[in-house]
Amino acid sequence: MTTLLAVLALICLAPAVAAVLVRNLIHSALLFVLAWLGLAAFYLALGAEFVAFAQALVYVGGVSMVALFAVLLTRPGRTDLLPPPSAARAVGGLAAVSLVASMLASSLFWSRLPSMEPTAPIPLRRLGELLAGPYLVAVLLVGLILTVALIGGLLLAAPRRPAEGADA
Amino acid sequence: MLHASHLWLIPALPLLAAAVGAAAPRTARRLPVALALGAIIGSFLLSLAALAGALAAPAAKLTANFTWFWAGSTAVRLGWLLDPLGALMSVLVCGVSVLVFIFSTAYLRDDPRLGRFFTCLSLFVAAMLGLLVANSLLLLLVCWELVGLASYLLIGFWFERPAAAAAAKKAFITTRLGDLGFLLGLLWLFHATGSSLFYDGGAGVLEGGALERLAATTLPGGWTAATGIGLLLFAGAVGKSGQFPLHVWLPDAMEGPTPVSALIHAATMVAAGVFLVARVFPLMAADQGLGGVPVHALTAVAVIGSVTALLGALLAVAQTDIKRVLAYSTVSQLGYMMLAVGVGAWEAAVFHLITHACFKALLFLGSGSVIHAAHHEQDARRLGGLATRMRFTYVTFLLGTGALIGLPLVFSGFWSKEAVLHAAELWPVSHLPFLAGLAGVVLTAFYMTRLVSETFLGRARGDGAAHAHESPRAMTLSLAVLAVASVAAGWIGTPAWPWLQSQLTGAPVAAHGLGEGLGLMILSTVLVGAGIAAGGWMYAHSPRADDRAPDPLARRFPGVFAALVARLWIDEFYAATVGRLLRGAAALAAWLERWVWGGLVSLTGRVAETTGEVNRAIDEDGLNTGFDRASDGLRDAAQRYSRAQTGEVQGYLRAVVVGLAVLALLLVWGGIR
Amino acid sequence: MSPLHLCLALSAALFCTGLVAVLIRGNAILVLLGVELMLNAANLNFLAFWRFGPGGGEAGLVFVLFSIAVAAAEAAVGMALVIAVHRHLRSIRIADANRLKG
Repeated sequence: MTTLLAVLALICLAPAVAAVLVRNLIHSALLFVLAWLGLAAFYLALGAEFVAFAQALVYVGGVSMVALFAVLLTRPGRTDLLPPPSAARAVGGLAAVSLVASMLASSLFWSRLPSMEPTAPIPLRRLGELLAGPYLVAVLLVGLILTVALIGGLLLAAPRRPAEGADA
Repeated sequence: MLHASHLWLIPALPLLAAAVGAAAPRTARRLPVALALGAIIGSFLLSLAALAGALAAPAAKLTANFTWFWAGSTAVRLGWLLDPLGALMSVLVCGVSVLVFIFSTAYLRDDPRLGRFFTCLSLFVAAMLGLLVANSLLLLLVCWELVGLASYLLIGFWFERPAAAAAAKKAFITTRLGDLGFLLGLLWLFHATGSSLFYDGGAGVLEGGALERLAATTLPGGWTAATGIGLLLFAGAVGKSGQFPLHVWLPDAMEGPTPVSALIHAATMVAAGVFLVARVFPLMAADQGLGGVPVHALTAVAVIGSVTALLGALLAVAQTDIKRVLAYSTVSQLGYMMLAVGVGAWEAAVFHLITHACFKALLFLGSGSVIHAAHHEQDARRLGGLATRMRFTYVTFLLGTGALIGLPLVFSGFWSKEAVLHAAELWPVSHLPFLAGLAGVVLTAFYMTRLVSETFLGRARGDGAAHAHESPRAMTLSLAVLAVASVAAGWIGTPAWPWLQSQLTGAPVAAHGLGEGLGLMILSTVLVGAGIAAGGWMYAHSPRADDRAPDPLARRFPGVFAALVARLWIDEFYAATVGRLLRGAAALAAWLERWVWGGLVSLTGRVAETTGEVNRAIDEDGLNTGFDRASDGLRDAAQRYSRAQTGEVQGYLRAVVVGLAVLALLLVWGGIR
Repeated sequence: MSPLHLCLALSAALFCTGLVAVLIRGNAILVLLGVELMLNAANLNFLAFWRFGPGGGEAGLVFVLFSIAVAAAEAAVGMALVIAVHRHLRSIRIADANRLKG
């Protein structure tokens, strides 16, 4: 179990790190997609099949497409040059690295969390009953949020109408 | 056949056309025209179907009522009513409207506001049709005011002309005086009966129970509630139909485009008053006079009607503007209708209304054709000689004239006027209406002969008339159809075959042949002949040489003519009484404003000024220096600090992350455990 | 190392990777994707404690579902904003969107 998870974690983490460092914007976005796919596999190994499929659908199928479209629509040129190094950036990087170090340290070495037996996975039927029962209002609200986001996205991204009186 | 519950479709179509036309962009000129024409033709077909339904059961009042809203426990109900009166009027209004619409497409072809014109016309037709099929006095009042609005918009259609704008205002305000009475009558009726529906399966205000209650309620002075309400409602009709005290707006309304004059101010809207009185006739007639005193609403109607019939005909004699002659003639003919209702023959009034709508629309459209051809010259003194240049218009105009003055046997106006006069002759209360009607017949023949002679005969006395040509096809087509109607419309109500009367009353009226009224017919024929002879002798026999020559009538009776030209000083009388009263009130208000309220205002101003002066002294000398120094310091500090705001999101985020990292390190190293 | 520790370590690493992307990349699209990665790290924590945590129950799993849905909405609006900014400034460099500077 642990070995499988560790391998999957590496498969997930490596593209993510590469995505941050690589210069080409398209490559970077595609590496992000790879990282999400690895994460979906990780979820699968954890026994959360439904979440894994949701992850794959939403991120690999949806968000990545939106991101690629945004890249194409904005056409920022072939490469995205890293900005020149500056003191502010160095401070930011240092802070981020120290944060990484502290969190890794706390979670791995100083944590006193007991290692428990995994709980039983939830059957899909039960999940459906949960979503249609106690969480029904939340599901409906999420639907509403998605609709509003759709309309809001359209309004934001749609080209402005030419001003009154100007010839179109 | 159209069921009563579908009657709303008839006004709904033009209303829809008006709504879409109003929303259409101004550049789409043809859209409102096409919509209006389509809608009115649809309404025409629908009202034909409604007429078929109504004639299948003339005595039954087919209604479709519904509750509009509840006010507490009182239901305000509206409804639609299908009976021969409303259905016939709908067919008439739609039919005349179709022809006027077609005429207008040519008459106003070059007007930049053509779309607006047709939108307003559609609105008018919608309101007028709603008025006709309403089964509720409230609904009728709503439509009544809407036709008033449309009339206002259309009289003032050429609002750049001050005269048109003033005429629109005059028409609106004058009719509003009568509408006040209408509204009071409606409220009184609603209070007394708890309903505004005409027919409601026995519970309506025009049905047995309510009428008996109203006739039995006595007011101080011996009048009954029915009389009071009837008089108030009649006040509305007086305003709308241009009856005597409130007739002054109708001639001025001729400032509107001629098709508007034909449709609204001759054929349909001004007849709405007659329609109203005919509609509530059972209420007017409910009180047959208590204790032998015939003081009921109908007497007032008859008196007002006869005064108007005579007055309008008199004033028409001295007018020189073609449209104004026709306008006063309309006033006079409306007087005839009111007279007929007043003497109890409301079906004769409706008969005359129908024939009058046809031939007066024809005359107005004919005058429109003349005005259009003569480059907007509408003064008869500068016209003349058009008979040869506009042969078609001349012939149709002659047919309309024949109908108006009642040439015997053929023309429609003869039969309807005979019906009116016959009823007036039999009125037991007084002979004055009958005599007034007879005098009107002579005058009508006289002024129409004068108008035709001046306009069409003799030589052209102006540039417009000299270069006139026959009008386009769309105009002459409307004229032709209306000419046929003007002749034929009378055949539905002759004494030998009183089809219309029996359909309207819902009971068979015995055909009594021509024998009974023969004496009257001969008498009125003689009178018509006398009028034509007098007019022909004065005007056609020796036409005036040029436009500055005095009127032949003025040469013979200068005093009378001057009085008539001045319209008997009625407008001046109103200006001197009502106008002066208002001016006095205004002067009083101005005086109060200047010396009383003005003093208060300037006192307040002085106080505020002094306070401000004191304030300024404290401010400038005491506080300003300190505040200035403090705000300078603040501004410098703010400028320094604002440099930290780079506007870069990532910079801000970096600061957050640094803080977060410090917090996390503290937690981890500082011993969370 | 227990599976729980492994999950937490991966979650922390992903979160930091996303954070670095947000902090140092100049392109607004990559910044948004970094935010998505941080959200994923949080989701992973939920799942880890649902599977190996003490409580049992199903709230963690269901919460992740909702989180994914909201993240999708966020991505859509975010990308629309990027396009709007691009139209406005002719650039999606996040450093160029500094109109609010003092």
